[in-house]
Amino acid sequence: MTKAQTLRSDAQGLAAPMPALLAAADQLASTVMLGDHGRRRAGMGDIFWQYRPAQQGDEARAIDWRRSARADSNFVADKEWQIAQSVLLWVDQSAAMQFTSDDNISTKSACARTLALATAILLTRGGERVGLTGRRLPPKRGAGQIRQMAELLCKNDNSDFGSPDTQGLLPHSRALFISDFLGGIGPTKAALFEAADRGIKGCILQILDPQEEAFPFSGRTSFHSMGGSITHETLSADGLKKRYLDKLAERKDALQTLARQTGWQFHTHHTNAPATSALLWLYQSLEAQ
Amino acid sequence: MWTLGPLGFTVPLLLLGLIILPILWLLLRAVPPAPVKRRFPGVALLLGLQDDESQSDRTPWWLLLLRLIAVAALIIGFAGPVLNPTDSRAGTGNLLIALDGSWAGAPSWTARIKRVDALLSEAVRDDRPVSVINLSNLPAGDLTFSAASTWQSRLANLQPQPWQPRAVADWVSAQTTNFETQWMSDGIDWEGRTAALSAFEAKGTVTVFQSPRATFGLQPAVFEDGAITLAAIRTPIGVAISVPVTAIGLDPAGTERQLQTVTLEFEAGNATGKTALILPPELRNRITRFEITGQRSAGAVTLTDDALKRREVALIAGRGSREELNLLSPLHYLREALVPTADLIDGTLTDILLANPDVIVLADVATLAGTETDGTITWVENGGLLLRFAGPRLAASDLGRDAEDPLLPVRLRSGGRSVGGAMSWGEPKELAPFSDTSPFFGLAIPDDVTVSAQVMAQPDPTLATRVIAQLADGTPLVTRKPLGEGQVVLVHVTANAEWSTLPLSGLFVQMLERLAISTRPAAGDAQALAGTTWQPTQVLDGFGRLQDGGALAGVNGEILSTKFAGPDLHPGLYSGAEQQIAVNVVTPDATLNVAAWPARINVQGMAGMRETAFKGWLLAGALGLLILDIMTSLLIGGRLRGPRADVAMALILMLAFTPEAHALTDEEAIAATTAVVLGHIITGDADVDAQAGAGLLGLSQTLFRRTSIEPNDPHAIDLERDELAFYPFLYWPVTADQPLPSRNAYGKLNRYLRSGGMILFDTRDADTARFGSGSPEGRKLQAIARGLDIPAIEPIPQDHVLTRAFYLLQDFPGRYASRDIWVEASPAGAELAEGMPFRNLNDGVTPVVIGGNDWARAWAVDQYGNRMFPVGRGTAGERQREFALRFGVNLIMHVLTGNYKSDQVHVPALLDRLGQ
Repeated sequence: MTKAQTLRSDAQGLAAPMPALLAAADQLASTVMLGDHGRRRAGMGDIFWQYRPAQQGDEARAIDWRRSARADSNFVADKEWQIAQSVLLWVDQSAAMQFTSDDNISTKSACARTLALATAILLTRGGERVGLTGRRLPPKRGAGQIRQMAELLCKNDNSDFGSPDTQGLLPHSRALFISDFLGGIGPTKAALFEAADRGIKGCILQILDPQEEAFPFSGRTSFHSMGGSITHETLSADGLKKRYLDKLAERKDALQTLARQTGWQFHTHHTNAPATSALLWLYQSLEAQ
Repeated sequence: MWTLGPLGFTVPLLLLGLIILPILWLLLRAVPPAPVKRRFPGVALLLGLQDDESQSDRTPWWLLLLRLIAVAALIIGFAGPVLNPTDSRAGTGNLLIALDGSWAGAPSWTARIKRVDALLSEAVRDDRPVSVINLSNLPAGDLTFSAASTWQSRLANLQPQPWQPRAVADWVSAQTTNFETQWMSDGIDWEGRTAALSAFEAKGTVTVFQSPRATFGLQPAVFEDGAITLAAIRTPIGVAISVPVTAIGLDPAGTERQLQTVTLEFEAGNATGKTALILPPELRNRITRFEITGQRSAGAVTLTDDALKRREVALIAGRGSREELNLLSPLHYLREALVPTADLIDGTLTDILLANPDVIVLADVATLAGTETDGTITWVENGGLLLRFAGPRLAASDLGRDAEDPLLPVRLRSGGRSVGGAMSWGEPKELAPFSDTSPFFGLAIPDDVTVSAQVMAQPDPTLATRVIAQLADGTPLVTRKPLGEGQVVLVHVTANAEWSTLPLSGLFVQMLERLAISTRPAAGDAQALAGTTWQPTQVLDGFGRLQDGGALAGVNGEILSTKFAGPDLHPGLYSGAEQQIAVNVVTPDATLNVAAWPARINVQGMAGMRETAFKGWLLAGALGLLILDIMTSLLIGGRLRGPRADVAMALILMLAFTPEAHALTDEEAIAATTAVVLGHIITGDADVDAQAGAGLLGLSQTLFRRTSIEPNDPHAIDLERDELAFYPFLYWPVTADQPLPSRNAYGKLNRYLRSGGMILFDTRDADTARFGSGSPEGRKLQAIARGLDIPAIEPIPQDHVLTRAFYLLQDFPGRYASRDIWVEASPAGAELAEGMPFRNLNDGVTPVVIGGNDWARAWAVDQYGNRMFPVGRGTAGERQREFALRFGVNLIMHVLTGNYKSDQVHVPALLDRLGQ
């Protein structure tokens, strides 16, 4: 099997046990198109919602004659208002995501891709349209879209650290950013504020390797970034541990703050934890909005 | 080669490399350990973090030291250090390798021969003609020099001699050729050694090989004041030391064994050590030699002869012990003569005969009671010596008048005669010289020995041969006749001075000695030994081993009297007519001295000659240190973690601990012995083993329910490691692919079978195969049984005890109902018991039962007690299973009660005899 097929089957497998993920769509926008997503109110749609007495202005062809025949007045069958939401994903494909501390656990990027694609599958199943930011894959529905997305997600980037790409984000749509967010916080901040300005809500999922969380090093060590552009040498790695962990906590805190300011959701996932827990979180947070 | 004390270096210039060590120290100190390169995405967070100032960036001093030592070891190692380097300068010309070859060199003889071999190898390299001689065993004629390789093949023939070299100087001077001498000294001085050295030096250069070595010599044992005194000499004279000395002799069964061991103490600075050994006479007389334990040399052995033996002599005087003066007592002079050299016994003749003495002396005892006579005759015929003295009572009695008394050598004329007294004619008679057939031959007769009264022998055809001493007028004085293996001797005068002056003279004592009544060391008495010939019975070789001396020529008494061991007088035991004389290597006045050599002589050690090259050791040590360095560097650099640490730990543990041999734990042993436990042999096939275990569990439960045997849960037994003795019964399912037991396991199995264990071999193939048809299991069983000590077997007979050990059975089915069961064959002569349908068989438990009925699966129960495998079909099958269980019960009953049920055949007879 090719890599794309593997990734897709992995994602299908992960998505299978989940109920259909229905993204909340509390705003109607011009981009909204009719979809399977019921809005719990009468409107345009295919599915019966309720019978109501015909009122002035109702077209005669709207009258449900079968219902009306059972009563003295005329009734109109309302349909439930259905819309489809666009969700755009951004998955960090930089070199830093290729890291894994142990052969037995997957790389951060593999973890991120699987989660992203699983979310996309769930959204598609729920009738939403999914796509990738950066005008690479405009939001669409269907199995073909998933396949295309899987192929695009399998590409790696050579840059050391990635930053969220806000290009192609539709106003009032949903977005999901997955990365380790270990690079500079500036681009992330800028991207989030820009998205918030356009009325876009979404989730930030930080994926970390257990070694990045634990920093189990000692002795004289020269640390290199995955791309090799950044190096740091220390004579005693043990001495750095506490300060590194402080910095990591600070970074998580900054992301959390940023999310709170922009109305987004933030979560940290570790590659050695089950991916379903992260998917569950994604489901819950996208549901909540 | 450059030498530093005993150490030489082949490439000394390399040692200059040691100069770089301090530089290396500085260099290594300046360079911190190399960093570990890690890829880590979190590095972005680390940017800007500074190291603590206090953090050391230098290699620890002990690691530096480790590295420096490793480098120094490398440098010194490559410089080629050699301990005791030998200068290999080739010699030329004839080479004589002379060994002292005396008993003193025997303990280290192998080392000596090795050294000679090395010297010969050197001579082979130098292509020199060589001769090898043993100075203690000088060859006749001129030396022959031949190729060293031919001598190497003859080295095994060189043996140490049980004496020391002598007259070497003359022999050397007589040689016509010149040669270089390499002299293997035994380390002790001998007479003429200095002269020999000068003679050798006249022929060429002399090199001596000698290494200091403790030499002990055991002096002949002396019997003094009721104790055996053992003395030993030693060289070098050093600190206090104790040496064990063993007394060796024949036990009553005629086997040679150690009778007693004593410790001989040398005080510091004293050349002689002494100890006393007090033994009961019975034991003492058995001693044939003393040995210093652990010294393989003739000097450490001293043979004992008659000097140590003390004869038991019983003295009995005529009845009616009057209160008389001591000097008039018939036994007084005998007692005086014998006390120093014999053990005297007093008592009645009946009691004395029980003590079985060597000699019984009857002084003027005429009549003996009938039983006493018979007992005495028997005793004499068994080798006793009966010595009788005449006296008034004997003269007055009718003993031996008409016919020859068995306890008198001759017939006696009545009355006797007295000459030279106040009431008689003539002069007291003197003794005639002893004839050469007499045991007294050679004894000088003092002038003052006269006889004034005697009993007279009846002239007789046999008289002449029986007289061993006579008076000047030809009348017998001492007569003797053999009786059985012993002899009867009659002295025709009294044992006191009443009838003659003989008891007053020294001749009396000597005569007693010659009659072997008293025993005294005959050595040193050249006169006494003159003209006699002694046959060596046992001789010592250089290592102190006793050899048969029968092949050696007899030795002249004069030579024997010198007691100086040499080529013409091998040390050993010499037997004459009545006596045995021992010639020992170390004489009572011998001393041992270390051989000292003049300063001009090159003396080399025997063993210190080996070159020892240290290069390999140093390089290996350096390698080890470097490996240690790698480990510690990894540890310090933080790289020894994860799998690496595991591997390193495993390596260290592997080096530190060798895996312990697994053995049956005490708990298992206690569990196996607190109750009867059945065992099955582990075949290696997990299924078969589980079935066997379940089968024995089922059998155990059946036994528990039905009989008084209450077994514990069965054990699986690993033949290689478990003790079999705890299990009365082993079930051995035979699989086609099980491995054969090891030799050790076979030893255990055979011990088990011999000590009454039973093994049930089950080939589990009775459904498809019969015996001899060669199923794979059958062939495997044959292969297994080949190494087992199994008696002849036969198909189980109808009257075997297995048929009635508990249940009455005729078939022994398992899952299969084959009748091919084999047990130990019954003895050929078994007969049908009277009134019984079976034979009288009282053999033990059959050690093996062999069959293929797959009993285990018929017996098998699972943990809930359910049968695990079907047997047959329906009710008939259950009946077959019941019989299988009954067979199991019978089998275990047979194992535990043996032939008890077979013995029941005798019950009617027993009851009959008891009168029931």
